[in-house]
Amino acid sequence: MHIAEGALSGSLAGVAVLGAGWAATALGTAIGLRRMDYERVPQVALLSSAFFAVSLIPIPLGVTSVHLVLCGLVGLVLGWAAFPALLVALFLQVLIAGAGGPTTLGLNTAVMATPAIAVYAIFRRAVHARSETATFLSAFAAGALGVLLGAVLNAAALALSGREFQVVARAALAAHLVIAPFEGLVTAVAVVFLRKVRPELLDAPLLATH
Amino acid sequence: MDPTADGPALLDRVDPRSRILATIAFALVVSVVNRPPALLAALASAVVSAAFSGVGLRDMLRRLAPLNLFMLLLVALMPLSSGGRQLGTVGPFSYSADGLRLALTIAAKGNAIVLLLLALAGSLDINTVGHAISHFRVPDKLTHLLLFTVRYLDVLRREYHRLRAAIEVRAFRPGVNMHTYRTYGRLVGMLLVRSLDRSERVVAAMKCRGFHGHFYLLDHFHYSRRDALFAAAAAAVLAGIARLEWQ
Repeated sequence: MHIAEGALSGSLAGVAVLGAGWAATALGTAIGLRRMDYERVPQVALLSSAFFAVSLIPIPLGVTSVHLVLCGLVGLVLGWAAFPALLVALFLQVLIAGAGGPTTLGLNTAVMATPAIAVYAIFRRAVHARSETATFLSAFAAGALGVLLGAVLNAAALALSGREFQVVARAALAAHLVIAPFEGLVTAVAVVFLRKVRPELLDAPLLATH
Repeated sequence: MDPTADGPALLDRVDPRSRILATIAFALVVSVVNRPPALLAALASAVVSAAFSGVGLRDMLRRLAPLNLFMLLLVALMPLSSGGRQLGTVGPFSYSADGLRLALTIAAKGNAIVLLLLALAGSLDINTVGHAISHFRVPDKLTHLLLFTVRYLDVLRREYHRLRAAIEVRAFRPGVNMHTYRTYGRLVGMLLVRSLDRSERVVAAMKCRGFHGHFYLLDHFHYSRRDALFAAAAAAVLAGIARLEWQ
């Protein structure tokens, strides 16, 4: 879900989209940093390293495989800290892997962190449900919605930058629609597991085990 | 992972702060450039910087691979939704020359910027990058977050491989089934639990050593005549590229 360096900046509309991405990221990061005290910094860094490692997991799908993104789970676990955490993670990806680039960093962060915050706002209470089934179902919705919102933002950023990007935008959207149910299932299992083992990660009460 | 292991390259003696600033300036100028001569000049200067950076060719190509995968997609798909002169038709779509030119422009831009970035900033030790950006009035907490993430990225990756090995010796074979998603979900959950526990130990250890929200910088960068020369050269290259674009 990366927009490559240099892709959008050729037109005025594209520059505006990149600028909007940076503005959203600056705002979100400022809020995220204000709400995070110094003691929470190592915790956020370790959790974001864990998400970094998890994004290596290939999920088999017929002859090919897809990678986990887990925007939804990032939001549920990190809350507003998702913005600074993703900004740092994507910055490192630019430096280490050459994925993304300096001018698209803001937009790419916003495309992944905004869904995380949206999921946090919508499902924070729902995943505190008392029954395991209700927790599972709301976490499934959270995981699927996280990746869907990200895909829509990504496609919208491309489509707004010019008519030439429309086919690319649709192809990217379709690719992400396919992975949404898998993201949902993995997120649901992980949330139920956390509710039983370490509910404080979600600020939730312990879920009774049978 | 130390890219400077085989002897200092010419660029290694330049102040990291000027290298980062030069990278940002280059990205800002080149990203809005559209004419072929200016783009070729940008690519050429990126290649020259890469040659002086001391990063190996293979390593460089490996890091440029993800970018060019996306560029291939653009070259294949963009001409399908562009107007102008058409080269031919593929099914219900027509392949446009303008779209192809735009896709190639984007590929040249992206490669020039990322190559220069890898040469100037990617060749720095990441802790040095953290030190350098702490001089740019980046919020303290963000710098701390960067340094901690760098410190634990590899630790958590090893933790992941340990858990992965544990499920594989129990004969786990991933497939398209619920068993796979349940296993992966718990793997993700366990990894988060372990990273939370580890962070509690880290915070406790830091408090024992009197940490109160501040990292002390033990060494400082020195701006020298070499850095002034580098800055002048970078400014000249950028001015040249800008002149080729806006004559």
